[in-house]
Amino acid sequence: MSVNAPPRPKPETEHPSGDPRFKLIDRTLKRLQHRQDSLIEVLHTAQEAFGYLDDDVLIYAAQQLKLPLSWVYGVATFYHFFSLKPGGEHTCIVCLGTACYVKKSGEILAALEKEFGIKPGQTTADKKLSLAQARCVGSCGLAPVVVIDGGVHGREMANETVARVRAALAHVAAPAAGEPAA
Amino acid sequence: METVVTLTLNGEMVSARADQTLLDVIREQKIDLPTLCHMQGLSERGGCRLCVVEVQGAPRPMAACVTPVTEGMVVRTHTPELEHQRRLVVELLLAERNHVCAVCVVNGHCDLQWAAAKLGVASVRYEYLHPDLTMDASHARFVLDHNRCILCTRCVRVCDEVEGAHTWDIAGRGIKTRVITDLSRPWGDSPSCTSCGKCVQVCPTGALFEKGATVAEMTKERDFVGWIIRGRTKREWTW
Amino acid sequence: MNRIELQAIADKEIERQQELKCRVLCCASTACLSSGGQEVRKALQDELKAAGLTKDVQVVATGCKGLCSRGPVVEVTGPAQERVLYANVTAEAAQQIVRQHLVGGQPVNDYRLDADSPFFTKQVRVVLSNSGIVDPERIEDYIARQGYAALGHALREMTPEEVCLAIRRSGLRGRGGAGYATGLKWDLVRKADGRDKYVIANGDEGDPGAYMDRTLMESDPHRVLEGMALAGYAVGAEQGFLYVRGEYPLAVKRLERAIKAAERQGVLGSRIFDSNFNFRVDIRIGAGAFVCGEETALMSSIMGRRGEPRPRPPYPAQSGLWNSPTLINNVETFGNIAPIILNGPEWYAAMGTEKSKGTKIFALTGNVNNTGLIEVPMGITLREIVFEIGGGIPDGRTFKAAQTGGPSGGCIPAEYLDTPVDYESLTALGSMMGSGGLIVMDDQTSMVDVAKFYMEFCMDESCGKCVPCRVGTAQMHRLLSRLIAGEASAADLATLEELCRMVKALSLCGLGQSAPNPILSTLKYFRAEYEARLKSGAAHGAPSQEAA
Repeated sequence: MSVNAPPRPKPETEHPSGDPRFKLIDRTLKRLQHRQDSLIEVLHTAQEAFGYLDDDVLIYAAQQLKLPLSWVYGVATFYHFFSLKPGGEHTCIVCLGTACYVKKSGEILAALEKEFGIKPGQTTADKKLSLAQARCVGSCGLAPVVVIDGGVHGREMANETVARVRAALAHVAAPAAGEPAA
Repeated sequence: METVVTLTLNGEMVSARADQTLLDVIREQKIDLPTLCHMQGLSERGGCRLCVVEVQGAPRPMAACVTPVTEGMVVRTHTPELEHQRRLVVELLLAERNHVCAVCVVNGHCDLQWAAAKLGVASVRYEYLHPDLTMDASHARFVLDHNRCILCTRCVRVCDEVEGAHTWDIAGRGIKTRVITDLSRPWGDSPSCTSCGKCVQVCPTGALFEKGATVAEMTKERDFVGWIIRGRTKREWTW
Repeated sequence: MNRIELQAIADKEIERQQELKCRVLCCASTACLSSGGQEVRKALQDELKAAGLTKDVQVVATGCKGLCSRGPVVEVTGPAQERVLYANVTAEAAQQIVRQHLVGGQPVNDYRLDADSPFFTKQVRVVLSNSGIVDPERIEDYIARQGYAALGHALREMTPEEVCLAIRRSGLRGRGGAGYATGLKWDLVRKADGRDKYVIANGDEGDPGAYMDRTLMESDPHRVLEGMALAGYAVGAEQGFLYVRGEYPLAVKRLERAIKAAERQGVLGSRIFDSNFNFRVDIRIGAGAFVCGEETALMSSIMGRRGEPRPRPPYPAQSGLWNSPTLINNVETFGNIAPIILNGPEWYAAMGTEKSKGTKIFALTGNVNNTGLIEVPMGITLREIVFEIGGGIPDGRTFKAAQTGGPSGGCIPAEYLDTPVDYESLTALGSMMGSGGLIVMDDQTSMVDVAKFYMEFCMDESCGKCVPCRVGTAQMHRLLSRLIAGEASAADLATLEELCRMVKALSLCGLGQSAPNPILSTLKYFRAEYEARLKSGAAHGAPSQEAA
């Protein structure tokens, strides 16, 4: 897909690439009757199926919902859940909610940044690890909290978390749903 | 709906149609109130907060452009407190991006500059944020300079509501908000832009300008845009 | 479904539970699951199988019991059984509980939790009355505890007007933070003209350090749905939306199941309880934006757009979703509805203070011994919450401040510990009730750092629509950073205060209007800490977070 010149939106019935993941988007579109106000639901489905939202996906959503491209892009970049870039094989999210902050989750984040040389929102050069910070994962009773590949770990210490992330990296990732489109 | 209401504006009794906004009435009374995101004929955004006025009984100042008039309203437009707060808003805007009037194509014809002058903003008390921003000169006739954008979204609204192309929108949020064309790609590659130039003409600052314009040369032609908008909203064309 | 059939389901379920020797209730909320709740449940089941007790003892995955810091929490209860609570249960402990307690009849004292401790006895559970007791994935369990009885009663015996009146007389106020009278709001929507009306439950709990809504949705989803259906009947809406934060996948899963189950039983959907009332609920999942907790931004998000707030008026009650009259209440508010209808408004109004009735859920976190979720009557003092329920400050430290209301609220210092907790008192102190986050800070905490923490939050979460919030939060953050770095002058501090007042006055929505509160309230009570950080300031006051 050429990045510079996206095609003018045309109503289409199916994505030409035949990528089965577009079928998942189609299902959401159908369930919500192609209503324009279902854009966020469609983007949720796409993010889950592809792991991130590339131009192809955004254009497809725009065409199917008959929305302007800039509208779709504006919505996709407003919400923190949607990512326009592919993430790493593994993710580590450090909660920086107030309860975690008071229990010094900032130190955990600093240790991870130092250990892996990336800042929150970045992915290591080998595409193995993405580091992120969360506003509050709602497990404040366990503060400080980190989420590694979807698993919640409470009452963490900086060195513990680093070891945990290293262990996760040593394992082969579960079949990633988030592989970029060919 | 031709219901008429009466309100008190800076101590004077004035009457207004019930479907008018406070700003409409204030402008009718020839009271000078600065605005940046407001543009007659476009939908209101209520974002720049310069047109805030004091309404008796309201817990905080109200933006006149989005406040409907009501019977018996008591409004004051230029209290020292309001003037001070407006000044702070303009200072925030001046410090947000990289505004350098001396080298700007609209120097002398800029709404932000006028607002600052009218409010007597002599210096900015905030640290300049100096964001690292780009220019997009890929369009054949126009240039977008993010350094001068104040995110009033007049371009977005005129493109959607008048031209009907919706090439523009805003991406990101908070201090990282930017105006974009299509999927945030170079404007010149836009498949939806009709190159009509309305966005350039409604832009209050030098963020959108015509190629080839040099310092202080670019004036914005609001007349033709106003003419189209008026014709549409009042259905003046009956062929 | 009619009321007789509902009663039959309840009776059958109660009978089933009576026949069991005992039930083992395992907390299956996010907090306990992440400290190993899943393994504990499996160990219990395996051990019961080995002991041949699967017929007599049922292991139930319930919602939250509140004491999240001591999870996983397990409760043993039965018709002829003393109620025993266990905390910090491991898989090994689970085996021991089965062998020694369930088989041998001797409670395992090592893990036993004192059910008479103030943490439990000081609480009054109205909204959370089922939480930790019912299985959130079985509608029968909810029905057995009078679930959907309020809806059945209202549909047959009450007019919509009477439902609104009952809520008004109960004195219930919005639990999302602002505290608007719920009954008045319902009445406004009921009287509004419009063919279509909508009910929205706001479950976009964004305050860092708060998880009341999450727990309620995970632990007792039917309670929320019943409250929404009652609201739909009262205001004349047939469609409800439950807006759930994207970070809460378990809540979404349980709500989805609950909606399906309720539709199957005919307590949601078409012709509910054989009446002419139809009500459907759809879930909308948030996508990570704190500002969507603001009602107009939330509606914008439900309509698939950027979650930017818009100026009010018009209020949602007149023109909300798709320009139709819309009722929007917090999830916790909806959790109060069924009990009010069942027990009467007078019962509810008897709890709390003169202007703040009923109970409030708080997420008690931070530097306090018992962190967790508590429900207390309005008017309880902060001291009771922190030192009795919370068990005081750990590590021999002293109490410095309690933060309520999240990024929109403020810090309350020790001298106001005896203030009764209600809407007016907290607002008078420069904080607010907020949605219910209550973070305890000890003497090591630097209040300037806390203020900067919240300002960073507000800066990141500002939608960018209005200038005071978009640029003002960035500048306030900049000024605080300079102050903390020791680079700020007294003039900078004055600039900061002036900016706070402007942003509070001129911002478009509640996020911006309240963003300066954490600074203003800490300046009010801990000004010396700010002054100590000034360029020429003397080095006294609390140490910074880094230095501590």
